[in-house]
Amino acid sequence: MDLFEYQAKELFAEYGVPIPRGKVAAVAAEARQIAEEFAAGNAGAKPLVVIKAQVKTGGRGKAGGVKLADTPDEAEDKAAAILGMDIKGHTVHTVLVAEDTDIAQEYYLSFLVDRAERTFLSMCSVEGGVEIEEVARTHPEALAKIPVSPLTGVDRAKALEIVRAGGLPVEAQDGAAQLAERLWAVFTDEDATLVEVNPLVYTGDGRVVALDAKVTLDDNAAFRQEWGSFADPAAVDPIEARAKAKHLNYVKLDGAVGIIGNGAGLVMSTLDVVAYAGEEFGGVRPANFLDIGGGASAEVMANGLDIVLSDPSVRSVLVNVFGGITSCDAVANGIVSAMALLADRGEPVRHPIVVRLDGNNAAQGRRILAEANLPLVEQVATMDDAARRAAELAAAAVNGA
Amino acid sequence: MAIFLNAGSRVIVQGITGSEGRKHGARMIAAGTNVVGGTNPRKAGQTVDLSGRDVPVFADVAEAMAATGANVSVVFVPPAGTKDAVIEAIDAQIPLAIVITEGVPVHDTAAFWARAEASGNRTRIVGPNCPGVASPGKSNAGIIPADITSEGRIGLVSKSGTLTYQMMYELRDIGFSTAVGIGGDPIIGTTHIDCLQAFQDDPETDAIVMIGEIGGDAEERAAAFIEKSVTKPVVAYVAGFTAPEGKTMGHAGAIISGSAGTAQAKKEALEKVGVRVGRTPSETASLVRDVMRAG
Repeated sequence: MDLFEYQAKELFAEYGVPIPRGKVAAVAAEARQIAEEFAAGNAGAKPLVVIKAQVKTGGRGKAGGVKLADTPDEAEDKAAAILGMDIKGHTVHTVLVAEDTDIAQEYYLSFLVDRAERTFLSMCSVEGGVEIEEVARTHPEALAKIPVSPLTGVDRAKALEIVRAGGLPVEAQDGAAQLAERLWAVFTDEDATLVEVNPLVYTGDGRVVALDAKVTLDDNAAFRQEWGSFADPAAVDPIEARAKAKHLNYVKLDGAVGIIGNGAGLVMSTLDVVAYAGEEFGGVRPANFLDIGGGASAEVMANGLDIVLSDPSVRSVLVNVFGGITSCDAVANGIVSAMALLADRGEPVRHPIVVRLDGNNAAQGRRILAEANLPLVEQVATMDDAARRAAELAAAAVNGA
Repeated sequence: MAIFLNAGSRVIVQGITGSEGRKHGARMIAAGTNVVGGTNPRKAGQTVDLSGRDVPVFADVAEAMAATGANVSVVFVPPAGTKDAVIEAIDAQIPLAIVITEGVPVHDTAAFWARAEASGNRTRIVGPNCPGVASPGKSNAGIIPADITSEGRIGLVSKSGTLTYQMMYELRDIGFSTAVGIGGDPIIGTTHIDCLQAFQDDPETDAIVMIGEIGGDAEERAAAFIEKSVTKPVVAYVAGFTAPEGKTMGHAGAIISGSAGTAQAKKEALEKVGVRVGRTPSETASLVRDVMRAG
């Protein structure tokens, strides 16, 4: 789960990582109030505040999502301009109104998971405030990469090693090292997979402050963390939210062929095979990723079908199951009762469902489906042919509509 | 021979009294695996009935090893206890620990991996979030179905469980020396490269199938390794060409970040070093057939 900047900064504040004073506004008038509050304690400062779009994507500055304001009036105007803006497909619902910081120098600092080395990594550079990928590409020597062992972590000595390797000047090293230690505490105690500060700022009066904040939390650790306040209903697709409530692993895509399968790899593969097949039929594409996992009981199948069919752009559904642990007769029974269950709920299935069953008890599963004689259900023997048929049916429905 | 797991493997189940441990313990026994015991500190000294066989329960891995000569542990302990369970296995120096559990926090995996490294990697770790290791006709440790394939001379390494099963089933007439499900988490113990090396060194393996998916750069690194160190034919499949950027696709590690971790980049890296990459699982299977016929 990615956090918004203001949420990441709330965490930073909890751990004593210095950040500029700031508050979140959802409407422009709130931005004015916040600016007025800051003006009262900081008469005549110019600029007074910085207004920052809260979106979970980079490049806000370039897109016009970060603006300075000298007065509360201006804060309101600028906030009004930013709120509702679209930045790379993300709508701006809130802005962070923060006190302006007197920047002397800008650095970069992060902790992340190093998948290749199977450990943690700290990256630090004296060149901050720009895209770090750009620094890594153009002059990689300016970006220090220091492995951090989960066994020993980051103490003051390690923190100093990191900021010195990044080339930070002597006057900033102590402050940056202290900040790095606290940032490491955020990384470990909050089960983050990424904490990034860009820029890390050395101020005119000699302080080191995290001017921006990016945090990604490990969803696998949710069971031992309290992250309820970070939920972001506005950003979640409504179908994804309903799927999550039913413990289904669903990702909304933009095509017309609904996909249900078992196992993440097989479902990803199914999406690809449908997209390839769709090339023959005017570019029909998969509508979603849905992994129903190992169980595939009638109820899970009903919930899965329900979720997939609630996407109005779906025109056909492909159920692709390889029975490993799951046996295909259970899956077939699941499909039959799911159809009945949905009809009982007053939401009968109206789109064709192509089913491919293979593996454990496949013959039995196929027989169950054949005997159920459901007019909308069509069985196809192989994954490739089933994908082609589902794409064909979706294309026919799209063109017929 | 096969790799990692063979007829002499003596297997214990950590978490044998839980529902998953019991269910799959029984399946492993049915598959011919020599399951010699299990652990649960609260039920030490008891036995657990797995399909009519009484399997002894020990307090910990060290005790189980001392009593039974176990050399493989399969871990079914739930995520909150996985780290401690794996560290227990590492500290007991069991040669192979296969971590089936899905949903392990990455900080916990990093911690037990660091522990394994610090103790000289005497314990090979497979997983977490993996289906396990199967050497058909010899032993089966994990949740890979035993009856979908046969013994043969193909080696398989895969990030995905169901794609592993799919491939084992499609090529059931040719058969496999060993299939290793390495798991789809960001940090895993045994990698594609470890398996490629082991299959290269295994006289009972003639060709290797490698299944990858979006996220990270393990496939690119494997490609570099193949170019340098693998002379046996390798056929690959990569899932996730249609996956959008920034979305986790089922597996915790299956995510494209910016332009990194795409299926296209992985396919290109593999093809560049002469690996044949199938467009679909069935095309991949037919490429393997070609290779086995030519060999």
